[in-house]
Amino acid sequence: MITTLTHMNVFVLNQDSAYEFYTKKLGFKVIVDVPMGNGQRWLTVAPPEQPGLEINLTPVAEGHWYGKEAAESLRALIKAGTFGCGVFTCNDVYATYEELKAKGVEFTKAPKKEFYGTEALFKDDSGNWFSLAQLIKN
Amino acid sequence: MTDHQYPKLYFYRRIVQAKIYIDDHYGDNIDLNNIADEAYFSKFYFIRAFKNTYGKTPHQYLIYVRIEKARELLKTGTPVSEVCYTVGFESLSSFSGLFKRVAGLSPSAYVAKQLNLQQQIKKSPLSFVPACFAEKSGWL
Repeated sequence: MITTLTHMNVFVLNQDSAYEFYTKKLGFKVIVDVPMGNGQRWLTVAPPEQPGLEINLTPVAEGHWYGKEAAESLRALIKAGTFGCGVFTCNDVYATYEELKAKGVEFTKAPKKEFYGTEALFKDDSGNWFSLAQLIKN
Repeated sequence: MTDHQYPKLYFYRRIVQAKIYIDDHYGDNIDLNNIADEAYFSKFYFIRAFKNTYGKTPHQYLIYVRIEKARELLKTGTPVSEVCYTVGFESLSSFSGLFKRVAGLSPSAYVAKQLNLQQQIKKSPLSFVPACFAEKSGWL
């Protein structure tokens, strides 16, 4: 029986820039930041109240994970905003929306009431999009 | 995306400005009365509104930010006394006591733990990476 999710990938165009975005703008915590040699780095971050879910900020470049063509294709798709990577929740979506906007985060949808709560959409510095939601409490 | 008007827009902007002010000035001698004034709220209304939004009073949030920043600085090897004053505490004893209460260990014990962790990372970086990812990355 599967019980929890501990690691997930978010593919990014630039790992250093993603580090700045996720820690300085979103306020995530660095869980593991380990240099692996040859300029490579194992970098995971997590929302402050969910340290058990490590988001692996994986740079997309030609190498072991991808061939040249696959890396170029994936980078183009990320830039184009193809990938929705998940839903982040918050206690107050209006306040969080205003705060992230003030910090320069780009939103593609302002908070809007939906049947499950109130939701906005934002993009990370690579182009991946996420939902920011304040869910209705049952 | 068109801008929009949602309920209490100005209310939220003021509360958020107050939070960002704390985020940016945690190291200063912050007077929370001034923040309430800048947000155009009475002190009591401001405290209640801030807590409703963030789950912490402005004072509790300021302490939270200071301790989190202290953790970051201690990880980089900054001396405890320097960290204390950098994050806005005026006395080493109050900083140490509060840090221990929040982090569960004293600043010096925290530094020792972080140093140990750094040594482990240096000695065995792969033990911090799930094997599947390490293999895929060509690190094994």
